[in-house]
Amino acid sequence: MSARLSAAFAKGRPALVTFVTGGDPTPDATPAILDALVAGGADVIELGMPFTDPMADGPAIQAANLRALAAGTKTATIFAIAKAFRARHPDVPLVLMGYANPMIARGPEWFAAQCQDAGVDGIICVDIPSEEDSEIGPALRAAGVDFIRLATPTTDTARLPAVLNGSSGFLYYVSVAGVTGKQQAAVDSIKDAMDRIKSATDIPVVVGFGVRTPDQAAAFAAHADGVVVGSALVDLVATHGADAAEPVRALTAALADAVHGAKATA
Amino acid sequence: MNAPLAPNSLRNLPDENGHFGQFGGRYVAETLMPLILDLEREYKAAKADPAFKAEFEDLLEHYVGRPSPLYFAPRLTEHWGGAQIWFKREELNHTGAHKINNCIGQILLAIRMGKTKIIAETGAGQHGVATATVCARFGLSCTIFMGATDVARQQPNVFRMKLLGAEVVPVTSGAATLKDAMNEALRHWVANVHDTFYIIGTAAGPHPYPELVRDFQSVIGREARAQMLARTGRLPDMLIAPVGGGSNAIGLFHPFLDDADVAMVGIEAGGHGVDTNAHAASLTGGKPGILHGNKTYLLQDEDGQITEAHSISAGLDYPGIGPEHSWLHEIGRVKYLPVNDDEAVEAFQLCCSLEGIIPALESAHALAALPKLAPQMDKDKIIIVNLSGRGDKDIFTIADKLGVEL
Ligand SMILES: Cc1ncc(COP(=O)(O)O)c(C=O)c1O
Repeated sequence: MSARLSAAFAKGRPALVTFVTGGDPTPDATPAILDALVAGGADVIELGMPFTDPMADGPAIQAANLRALAAGTKTATIFAIAKAFRARHPDVPLVLMGYANPMIARGPEWFAAQCQDAGVDGIICVDIPSEEDSEIGPALRAAGVDFIRLATPTTDTARLPAVLNGSSGFLYYVSVAGVTGKQQAAVDSIKDAMDRIKSATDIPVVVGFGVRTPDQAAAFAAHADGVVVGSALVDLVATHGADAAEPVRALTAALADAVHGAKATA
Repeated sequence: MNAPLAPNSLRNLPDENGHFGQFGGRYVAETLMPLILDLEREYKAAKADPAFKAEFEDLLEHYVGRPSPLYFAPRLTEHWGGAQIWFKREELNHTGAHKINNCIGQILLAIRMGKTKIIAETGAGQHGVATATVCARFGLSCTIFMGATDVARQQPNVFRMKLLGAEVVPVTSGAATLKDAMNEALRHWVANVHDTFYIIGTAAGPHPYPELVRDFQSVIGREARAQMLARTGRLPDMLIAPVGGGSNAIGLFHPFLDDADVAMVGIEAGGHGVDTNAHAASLTGGKPGILHGNKTYLLQDEDGQITEAHSISAGLDYPGIGPEHSWLHEIGRVKYLPVNDDEAVEAFQLCCSLEGIIPALESAHALAALPKLAPQMDKDKIIIVNLSGRGDKDIFTIADKLGVEL
């Protein structure tokens, strides 16, 4: 597991994981937004790779994907943004999140090598379940890039080991059966799921989907190793465009306070 | 009919992981994965259950109106002056296309699985109408996702679906056509897996959909094979079918795949021409990639972004193709040819005037390949064209193309 990711989850308190779409609203605006996430206190940065057909995303992130593509964001742009981020922030873990087709378009080895070269710590791929691991998993592992899998409310106890096998970095627990956006899971269901998952693995487990406010983030963080916030930040980018960095920093700071202060249940 | 297949048969894929060679598979979000595995188990059980088969066949006979005729088209044959041209008349089915065969099979599966809500995507509205029809017949709630562009250009089918009790949800993302409708249906499904069954309308999507859609549609080829043997005492020399996602084509082709002397041609939508950006010929103009749960040939750019398809035929206007066709293309068992919008419109008119049959624009693509194939063949050769649907739904598009105001 990447040393940067291990360190991010070894601070004795839950981690804040933040998501924005790369190239939204433009490739030029993204670096300042990423810096704002770091300045606000995010522990892990997820950089979304835009895709024409974001099937697992709700309206906010769908629109962000299309804005980024319309602004000319290419795969090369994403790696340039990642590489420059790594130069500015040598210790902050950076994870790419996206869909399979752009990741395999030039072959998984090419993609894994680019990740390695740009200092990307891990990959989250929405549409490569463990059954299709061979599509990209071996290439990522050979390049020392973590393959971060997703577990969901429909991942039952029998299936969980298959999902965990080959996962590294952290496990992303999707709190609701649904797409990214506003739907919110009950805290009780999170607690139950975390108990189940934590008893099956030692890798950190973060909870995401539907977390928008510091209060919600704190409530989830009390049961997890980290909380992911995406759509709420992407909404700020949609509203403020090229001037989004400051509002993004302010929301991130409020979220970080809430998450870092949440008492983790052992 | 259920005799074991030879080990070298071309008819025993997909493998147990849903792959046809490098194609197919299950590229879905984790939320859907358990459901897809359930569906696979349930489909295996249904296949082995004589009661399921009996109910499917009974509905095909008495509700759909099968078998569909195999018809010798004398004037079209004479017109092209080569091989005999025969039509498999899927356009005579209830709801006017082959789509209903698959919908009957899938709704029986949905009921077996205890699902109470049905969703589907539709482009031209043919699959939407067929889905709304079986939902009405079995009393299940029905929601159809349809691109807003298609809602506007296919008003009669939108109204048909509503008459049948379906809710039609216009999808405004992307180019607001079939691909976007499929994205939205998948999003809805992810959020409603507990009670919802997704009736996919073509032989694509995550395993086991390409397999089960093919199996339900294979009634086309099984009938055609038996009908041809009964009428002429021999097998046809060539099969031609239009290919959108590929369900009518694989339905016709599959029962003949091991008949080495039967040539097969799938017709892709060439739109304004495969050398332009405006076509839907994913095998001719695309490369392998992952979308909508399967690995298959896709129209895409060098970054793997999916490019918009174009076809005058809404049912072919999709940037992908079912994975079994990608495999049959790569091994060379089936040839795939593109046909342009204009050629399809010409073939449409010719079929109307020579055979008294108004074909669907999708089917007209298959008819448009005849001048390239039939005249070179001897008069004792036999071609079967899959007349996958009737053209009532397309008269507005044709009128528009011909500059006629209705
Ligand atoms: C009449 C007809 N033929 C063909 C098609 C293409 O679909 P497929 O390739 O799955 O048969 C459609 C799709 O709407 C259709 O309505």
